[in-house]
Amino acid sequence: MIDTLIIPLLKIAVVLNATLVGVTYMVLLERKVIAWAQSRLGPMRVGPYGVLQPVADAIKLMIKEDITPVRADKWVFTIAPIISMVPALIVYAVIPFGETANIFGHPVNLYIAKINVGLLYVVSVASVGVYGIILAGWSSNSKYPLLASLRASAQLISYEVAVTLTLVSVIMVAGTLDLVEIVKAQEAKGLWFIFVQPVAFVLVLIGGLAETNRAPFDLPEAEQELTGGFHTEYSGMRFALFFLAEYANMIVVSSVVTTLFLGGWLAPFPTILPFLTIVPGWVWFLLKSFLFLYLFIWIRATLPRYRYDQLMRLGWKVLIPLAIANLVVTGIVRVIVLTWLKP
Amino acid sequence: MITPTHYMVLSAALFMIGVIGVMVRRNIIIIFMSIELILNAVNINLIAFSAQLHDVIGQVFAIFVIAVAAAEAAVGLGIILAFYRNKETVNIDEMNLMRW
Amino acid sequence: MAEAVAFYVLSAFILGFAVLVVSAKNTVHSVLFLVLNFLFVAALYVLLGAEFVAVIQVLVYAGGIVVLYLFVVMLVNLKRPPEAHHDPHRRTRLGFGLAAAVLVELGAIAAYGAVTPTVPIAAPVGPMTGNTEQVGWLLYTSYLIPFEIASMLLLVAMIGAIVLAKREL
Repeated sequence: MIDTLIIPLLKIAVVLNATLVGVTYMVLLERKVIAWAQSRLGPMRVGPYGVLQPVADAIKLMIKEDITPVRADKWVFTIAPIISMVPALIVYAVIPFGETANIFGHPVNLYIAKINVGLLYVVSVASVGVYGIILAGWSSNSKYPLLASLRASAQLISYEVAVTLTLVSVIMVAGTLDLVEIVKAQEAKGLWFIFVQPVAFVLVLIGGLAETNRAPFDLPEAEQELTGGFHTEYSGMRFALFFLAEYANMIVVSSVVTTLFLGGWLAPFPTILPFLTIVPGWVWFLLKSFLFLYLFIWIRATLPRYRYDQLMRLGWKVLIPLAIANLVVTGIVRVIVLTWLKP
Repeated sequence: MITPTHYMVLSAALFMIGVIGVMVRRNIIIIFMSIELILNAVNINLIAFSAQLHDVIGQVFAIFVIAVAAAEAAVGLGIILAFYRNKETVNIDEMNLMRW
Repeated sequence: MAEAVAFYVLSAFILGFAVLVVSAKNTVHSVLFLVLNFLFVAALYVLLGAEFVAVIQVLVYAGGIVVLYLFVVMLVNLKRPPEAHHDPHRRTRLGFGLAAAVLVELGAIAAYGAVTPTVPIAAPVGPMTGNTEQVGWLLYTSYLIPFEIASMLLLVAMIGAIVLAKREL
């Protein structure tokens, strides 16, 4: 009873709370990092060094007037931000933060669910997240959001193909779809998969940027294009939900890239520097995810935006052939390794 | 407790809802969606019997059905778009260019 | 016991959303009910132990095919005002007649199934390799030719869709 009901519920509560707080503070982190990249200080007034800025933002968004356009489809207009947010949160059910921890003498697995098809679950849930964007643009009953949402969803489904093809080569190397087993395979190999599959790492990183509508692929929601993108007609808390969904997606992509390529909860160099394993696994996981979050914000501060046709050309004509080539080369190398080098 | 008969009844009900959709509605996109319901009903039947007989071939067949449904949806929707550009309608009663 | 409850709840949702797909007036609502229908069918597949097919169902059907339908619905409804988005010509009486006939038949099947004993779906016996491995093994060894033909079919469908939907050849 405790093991099957209470502990998973507690884990879900902890993970959800941590995610939502993390997402709120991502807003502050982004503003600060971009400010430092531009030689200024960012939010400094609210609280010491601007630490309470997300609280001020949340209060402002919650007390804003909730406008629904006339003749907009009321139900769909309300549900669209929820459809955007939910997939970003439920992916956390399969991401492993560590192996096992002893909490109050009770051994607890540091993941909510261990399913055989974990990686496919992540990809399929991300593909359901496209609906939020399509429905937001459609239900606003207005030209510019509709065009922007069509562009955004076309971008998302194109890069989904590239990312899924790349992930197949990672699955080939790991031999399993289960995220926990993928990390254990990296432990058994002694090498993180970023060294075994560098091309796949770069492709998943670029695809992940495009999947979450982050710069330089953020054309669909840029303010200078199409008057604000697919969330033009949204205000108040629903607008906040869209933005939180985007940051939650960013954290999800960072966590998944960490699990697949950087060894999840494993400490670097476990044989050469054994003192690093004193630090618990979940701390390493959070550090590595944070590294990728910082990288995403850094890229936003530095690179200019892609035009839409350049974006689609990159997805279809560059990333997909590279992903297929990576798949073929990985397959050939695996067959050689399995038949000749390990008799 | 849940015998294959239960799954067959569910599959038959879903199948007939799809067939009723094909026969009753006049909007061709809804007709195509009812065809997808029919294909799903078939899939449920295949997977239920694959679980009953412990033979994975049912699931392999279901994957092929999903692949064929994807191909058919793509081509069908292309035809609908091409037709809509010419005749500005999606009502199948008005799609009678080849009638005598 | 829990399996029975799950089955009845899932089938109620599946059949309910299917009826809503067929009878909703607004086409976009119909598409949304179809997505929910597919998600519940995927949950039913998980109940049956076919988790690979369940995620493939969500990934391909709910996340790919229905997105395609949504695009076409939006493109077709672009020029028309929202009031024209319904269907005044549907044959409702024919639908009710067929539904009544089907209900009688289904009742007969269910009654027959209750009288003659059938074997419930038992848990799998013997050592189980994962579901994905088994499906992959069959797909790439015994059924390799259908697999290749399916991929050619998808390629042909892709080219066909592009040719059909282009503005000028």
